[in-house]
Amino acid sequence: MTEFNTGDTAFMLVCSALVLFMTPGLALFYAGMVRKKNVLSTTMQSFFAMGLVSVLWALVGYTIAFGSADGPMGKFIGTFDKVLLKGVALGASGVEGHLYPESVFAMFQGMFAIITVGLITGAIAERMKFKAYVIFAAIWVLVVYSPLAHWVWGGGWLGMAGLGALDFAGGTVVHIASAAAALAAAIVLGRRKDYGSAAVQPHNLPMTILGAGILWFGWFGFNAGSELAADGVAGSAFMVTHLAAAAGMLGWLIAETIQHGKPTSLGAASGAVAGLVAITPASGFVDAGPGLLIGLAAGVACYFGVQLKNKFKLDDALDVVGIHGVGGTLGALLTGVFASKAINSLGADGSFAQLGKQALGVAVAWVFSFVVSFIVLKIIDATIGVRVDAEAEETGLDLFDHAETGYVL
Amino acid sequence: MKKIEAIIKPHKLDEVKEALNALGVAGMTVTDVRGYGRQKGHTEIYRGAEYTVDFVPKVKIEIVVDDDIADAAEHAILMTARTEKIGDGKIFTYDCAGAIRIRTGERGPEAL
Repeated sequence: MTEFNTGDTAFMLVCSALVLFMTPGLALFYAGMVRKKNVLSTTMQSFFAMGLVSVLWALVGYTIAFGSADGPMGKFIGTFDKVLLKGVALGASGVEGHLYPESVFAMFQGMFAIITVGLITGAIAERMKFKAYVIFAAIWVLVVYSPLAHWVWGGGWLGMAGLGALDFAGGTVVHIASAAAALAAAIVLGRRKDYGSAAVQPHNLPMTILGAGILWFGWFGFNAGSELAADGVAGSAFMVTHLAAAAGMLGWLIAETIQHGKPTSLGAASGAVAGLVAITPASGFVDAGPGLLIGLAAGVACYFGVQLKNKFKLDDALDVVGIHGVGGTLGALLTGVFASKAINSLGADGSFAQLGKQALGVAVAWVFSFVVSFIVLKIIDATIGVRVDAEAEETGLDLFDHAETGYVL
Repeated sequence: MKKIEAIIKPHKLDEVKEALNALGVAGMTVTDVRGYGRQKGHTEIYRGAEYTVDFVPKVKIEIVVDDDIADAAEHAILMTARTEKIGDGKIFTYDCAGAIRIRTGERGPEAL
């Protein structure tokens, strides 16, 4: 019998559950921002990922991402030795002294795959056919997410086992990958009919703020858990995660108040999420000061980032690119500046060389996810169509796709 | 009988109701409505983008009263709903051709 470390095992079990909880949080965060006729449609796009992605992850996603990196193609794709989670129930993960069951590792990583798919749905809100979304999500998690996770975390060519780009908890794999897919989706889908008019104002901001709070809470599992052990780095990651969220909120609200004179509640929620996104790749590598700085910078940068779509007339409905793309890119680059071996001996010290590696990781994630997502969406559009017709868009996707309404009043 | 329809600011509803009660007006129907007049709309800001919202939330009250208190009821609404700021609303008065209390079948002013 393997001697598991019970502290690490308990910690990773809790972190896995925390990361899962982010997805219903995301559903609330997004659903509050759409019109009430689309509240269930937007909720379902996130919530359904918990069903779809979990099954696909067990079947082949896990083995593509975390199957053995040995063999001729091992730097690019995991071997298929763990199809249907073969052997995972009896396996062990972690390093000597910090062993915990591989079943926990497989579930922890599966929760990441779920929320990454969920994040994309902010760009497709209020106009993508549910059927087309399901097909896209299923393909995407297997051909974009799982390989990218392998490249960065599974012993592949991009991460610490390869070129040495640092990504503690998913700045590239989760945030840039989802933002690049969101950008492709916004382009392929086109703008909503009412884009840019007052008709598209959020229908329930308290729901959005509750969602942001749940994301913040779950993010502790996401970042601290990515240490994969209950140790000092996990504690440090927890601390900078919290500080960056807080500073992100302040950064956004300061920028907003200077530009418009009023601090908005949606801005407070968005700024906190922006800070969380940006600290994600840096979380296990940086100290408190840089953590605050990264959060503050992300709050300001993402505030201006979300306004870019108006210049390009792109309907990234709920600002996946502006927040996860801008925040993820900023965070991944700043990791190369502020990383410190004093915080994490397995990391690196900030340097121009490290910044270059980070930039490469960022570019690979953007280009790979964008190109593959764009092609997949174009194929789906050419076959079953990605977008509902004008009448369904007018009526709302809740009735059209799900035969339900969110509210009786 | 007269039917009085008034579009007022939502926060003035209680005061108007009290004033009409004091006159002996026995009931009213209230609806949440949205609309615009000279007040126009207002600006809302979401993630740095400004939107003009044309329709402002208002409350519509409807009452039907006997002719002899119609002027007093109109005046009561006028005085209590007024803030002297733009957007105070409007009062419309119509002749009412009939009224029936469904429970008893009473007609005319007795039904009010």
